[in-house]
Formats: sequence, structure tokens, C-alpha cells
Amino acid sequence: MTKSFAPGMKIQSFPLMISEKLKSYKFWFVFTPYFWLVLFFFIPLALIFKISISIAEWGMPPYKDLFEFTENGFQINATLNNYIFVFSDFYYFKSYLNSLSLAFTSTLICLVIGFPIAFYVAKSSERVRNIMLIFLIIPFWTSFLLRVYAWKVLLQGNGLINSLLIKFGIIDNPLPLLHNHYAVILGVVYTYLPFMILPLYGYLVKFDLNLIDAAYDLGAKPIKAFFKVILPLSLPGIVAGSMLVFIPVVGEFVIPEMLGGSDRLYFGKMIWEEFFQNRDWPIASALAMSGILFLVVPILIFQKQYEKYNLK
Amino acid sequence: MSSNEDFLIIDNISKRFDDVVALDKVSVKIKRSELFSLLGSSGCGKSTLLRIIAGFEKPDEGRIILDGQDITDLPPYLRPLNIMFQNYALFPHLNVYKNIEFGLKEEKLEKNLIEERINEALTLLELSALQKRKINEISGGQQQRVALARCLVKKPKLLLLDEPLAALDKKLRIQTQFELVNLQFKLGITFIIVTHDQEEAMSLSDRMAVMQQGNILQIGTPVEVYETPGNEYIANFIGTANIFEVNENQDSKLYSSTLNAFINSAKAIPTNKFLLRPEKIEISKFKEGEEKTQINKCIGTVKEIAYLGSYTKYLIKTDKATFYVFQQNKFFTENLNIKWDDKVICSWNENSIFPIND
Repeated sequence: MTKSFAPGMKIQSFPLMISEKLKSYKFWFVFTPYFWLVLFFFIPLALIFKISISIAEWGMPPYKDLFEFTENGFQINATLNNYIFVFSDFYYFKSYLNSLSLAFTSTLICLVIGFPIAFYVAKSSERVRNIMLIFLIIPFWTSFLLRVYAWKVLLQGNGLINSLLIKFGIIDNPLPLLHNHYAVILGVVYTYLPFMILPLYGYLVKFDLNLIDAAYDLGAKPIKAFFKVILPLSLPGIVAGSMLVFIPVVGEFVIPEMLGGSDRLYFGKMIWEEFFQNRDWPIASALAMSGILFLVVPILIFQKQYEKYNLK
Repeated sequence: MSSNEDFLIIDNISKRFDDVVALDKVSVKIKRSELFSLLGSSGCGKSTLLRIIAGFEKPDEGRIILDGQDITDLPPYLRPLNIMFQNYALFPHLNVYKNIEFGLKEEKLEKNLIEERINEALTLLELSALQKRKINEISGGQQQRVALARCLVKKPKLLLLDEPLAALDKKLRIQTQFELVNLQFKLGITFIIVTHDQEEAMSLSDRMAVMQQGNILQIGTPVEVYETPGNEYIANFIGTANIFEVNENQDSKLYSSTLNAFINSAKAIPTNKFLLRPEKIEISKFKEGEEKTQINKCIGTVKEIAYLGSYTKYLIKTDKATFYVFQQNKFFTENLNIKWDDKVICSWNENSIFPIND
């Protein structure tokens, strides 16, 4: 930060020298995350894209190299057939729709359950608030796999819930609680609820309760006050929480695998099967890439619209 | 309807929060078109009373009757009154116009009637140019006017104002004080103002209630409360108070040993304590040879001087007492030459003495 007052004359004070020094470190502050992103996001993504346009063959790796030197000279082994196959088979698209519906349903349920919790926590006294936040975070101390497995134990035919119901004579035969898409929704909602609550909490904690009183005072009944004041003002939190639930659930593989049944196929599981069971890496990669495409495009459109709404 | 009727009756209102008594059997009657203040330091229950009138809190006992209608059990959205919050509580996601429109939309009025009323309020409060602005794009004073407009378009029977001037800077506060009084006079709406600022209460109100620990200590006009305070607490809370003890001597004359002066009071002093406001004492430089002990006169030494332009504050010390004297700087007199540690004669009129309770 130097200012030249006349040509060739520079004034540099002591604090400015420090900031000068920081400036040289600034490069690293700013670019370390970008290096990280390139290394662990863009390069793997590029690799998957590469595989998705490769030709499958037996071997290790199970696809042809993209660029090859043979006796016929330089050869590019690229194909769009994987994508054409993925798009032409309704089976894949259906699994994608199933995943979308799962993500949509569980996001909605998380929102309905999470909003009152977040509101209550945000409006409690500071002491109560901190205790409740700890309760929200405690489940993360246990492995996610174990927690989902615990649901399996709870829900299965001779599991805790069925045993209790039979013991109290409410039912005679165990209910098929496990291995259907309801169990999947339950597991997803259970797992992702904190991701909805925490960003919502972040916005609601700043919410001025006087605004609700003001709405009442101006003649709005509680429901109207909710929809005209509380909801619009917590919209950024709702959007953030919904994104944090919706996006990972579309690709969710573990929960459908452990709690789901054969009634519905999900997109994440589809990719896994292509990869590990069929060992068709190009098809699996094409599926993954089109999944990203399907997700990114609607979200970008949504973001644009949302920004427009906010600027209004 | 006569103007003397009791428009708002607050009857025996009590409110406890856990073990804390916020209001203890409070009763007030407020007249139509009156500008009434609830004055007290923080925690005295004034805000709780306001929130009970608005309907945000339910009283444990007592009734609230507004214009002949018992509103104690009505929810806030059905009460024909409005409140202006201390932080204004304007909706940050709506612009000025939409904030003002909010309450009217709930009344399901005709569209052009709504527009007419909003424009009326915008003109009244000089907000027309700002109507498309967002709340965070306007100044504190403008926000206050929007908050007022939002209440006034509802044509409330009663307007509650919670510390209406607290968020404004000093210059704007004085200007707004007058605007508020003019507005109230023009519209004839009954105002109840909650404030901890005694100057604000005095300058705004027709009558005020001084509150302490959930009780109303005194209700009266600003003049009554200032000149004839009900007890020592009120005297000290409203303005600056000099309180002295008096005793009768052998000749049954009143004598204040703290001031070393005989007291001649127009009123009897049954409590042996009296209030003498600082501005009611005259001071002049002590000249050698003057009689030392006289009636309604004492000699003291100047310990502090604060020259404030229009008047000067002196802290005077006698052998046994220290007290304040506020002297108007009406003329450029030799009083302005009074210096620290100067000996001065303080004198007062017999009508300036007011007997006071503990």
C-alpha cells in the first residue's frame, strides 16, 4: 500500500510495511483452498469425465486408454455411447426420479420437523440454547454407519419395535418395517435433520421477536404472521438447509443400501452396482456425470431466480 | 361524549414472572385524547404494563377497559390499539410503503381506500419520497416516522409508544418531541408513552405516572410531579432535589441545623423534611459584614461550577450539607465571576419550600 505523491517519491510508513508483508502471504491464504479444490475436486471430476467417454473392455482398469499409440499411429478412443445408453434406458432415469423424490420428500419432512426445533432453540435462553445445540451435535460423535445400522436393528422383524408391539399385544405378526422406501425416508430424515436445523438456527437466532408482536399488533393472526413475517425472513436459512439436505440425498447410497428394499431403486445405488458389480466403469461414470448435470443445472437456475428475488 | 370520561381504565393489574412481581395491583385511568406517560427506571414494570395493554402478556389479575369495552381477554390482533416498538420492529423484507400497508391489508378494506389512507399517512409524516425504499436504506429518524405511520393508518383508538425517542440522537430527539406532541394534538388519538427519561416524560405528557417496583407512586401533571412530588424517591428521580431536615427550636421557630438557617415556610412541614429545588435558590457573593444567620438564607462555599451557557450549576457546601444551586444566566452579571471556594449567600422564597415524605 504505497502512495506516490510525486513521480519517483514514495512514502511508506511502518504499519504499511506490515500490511505489505501480509500481502505476500495473502496469496497463500486465498489460494490454498483453491489448490485443495483443484486437487480433490476438479481433477477427480475430470478423471471421471474421462472414464465416462471411454470404451469398456476387460482388464485393469476396465476401459481402454483414451489416447493410444498403435502401429496405425495416434488414436483417440472416445465415445458418447455410454451417455446414449444411460439416457436411452428408462431404468436409469427411473432410479434418478426415485432419488429426486426421496430427496424432495425427506427435505420437506426435515423442514417441517426442523423449523419448529430451530425456532425453539434460537429463542431459548443462552444456557438452554447451548445445551440443545450440543444434543444436536452429539450424534455426529458416532459413526454414521453405526447409526444407520442401529435403525436396522430397531426396525427389523425381530427388532425392538416389533418385539415391543407384539409383547403389548398390539400386533400378532411383525410389521414389515425394514427394507422398503419408508424405512429409507426415515433413515434419511434421521441422518440429515441436523443439516436442516443448524443453518435454520443460524438465521432464526438473529430474528427479532418484536417483529412477530408487531405483526399481531397490526392485526395479523398467528398463521398470517408466520407466512407474512417469519417465513419470508427465514427464507435464506430454509434455502441453505434444504440445499444441504437435498443435494447429498440425491446421491445417497448407504441408507438405501442398508434400509431399503427391492421396491425402489435409487440413483446412488445404481452407480455403485455399475461400478462394483458390473464392473462397467464407463457406464457408472456416465451415470455419475449425468447426475451432476441434472442436479447442477436446476440448482443454478434456482440460485439465479433466488438472487433476483432477493434483489427485488 | 365528554372529554373528561375515563377512556382507558387499568384496574388492579397484577403480573408475576416466576417469583418476581412485575406489577402489583396497578390502577390508572386515562382520559380520551390524553398524552400520558409511564415513567420509571428500568425494571419498574412500565414495559410490562405496556405489553399487557397491547395484549402480548396476560395479567394475573385485573381488567383493562378501553372505551367501555373489556379487552383483557382479547388477543393483540383484535385490540383496537397499536404499539410503536422501541426498536420500531419494522419489517426488513418490505419497503416503506408495504410496511405501512401491512396492517391495512389485514382489515380487508377496499383497495383504493387502502391507498388513500397510506398516502394520507405518507403525506402527514413526510415520507412520500421514501415509499419505495427498504427499511435499512433510511435513517433512524425516518424509520421512526415509518413506524408511526404504520400505526396511524390503522386509526387506532389508543397508541402505545415504547421509548419513542430513545433511539434518536439528541438534536433529532428534541425536534421529534415537538412533532409528536403536535401530531397527537392534530389527530386527537390517546397516547401512552413509556419512558425512563424524565425530561422526555415532562416535555411530552399531559399527565404522567411515576412507577417503581411494580407500583405507581404518583400520577399528575408534570408540574404537579415536579413541584409537589409524593416522596423523596420521586423528588430525586424527577430533576435534581435538595432535601433538608428541619427541627423546631425552643422558641418554636423552624431551624435547619444542616443549613445553619432559620426556615420560614408558607406550608407546614409535618415530616421535618423539605424539598428545595436548585433553581429556586438565589446566590450572590458574600460580602464581609453581612449578618451570618438569617431567615431563609445561608452561607456556603462554592465547591463546583458547571457553566452550561443558559444556566450555571453550582455545588455549595455548608458545614453540614452540600446542595445544588442552578442559576439562570439572565444577565451578564457579577454572578458569573463567582469562583471556586468563594463564599456565597444562598437565599430562597418561603413559597419554594415543599414538605416531603420519605
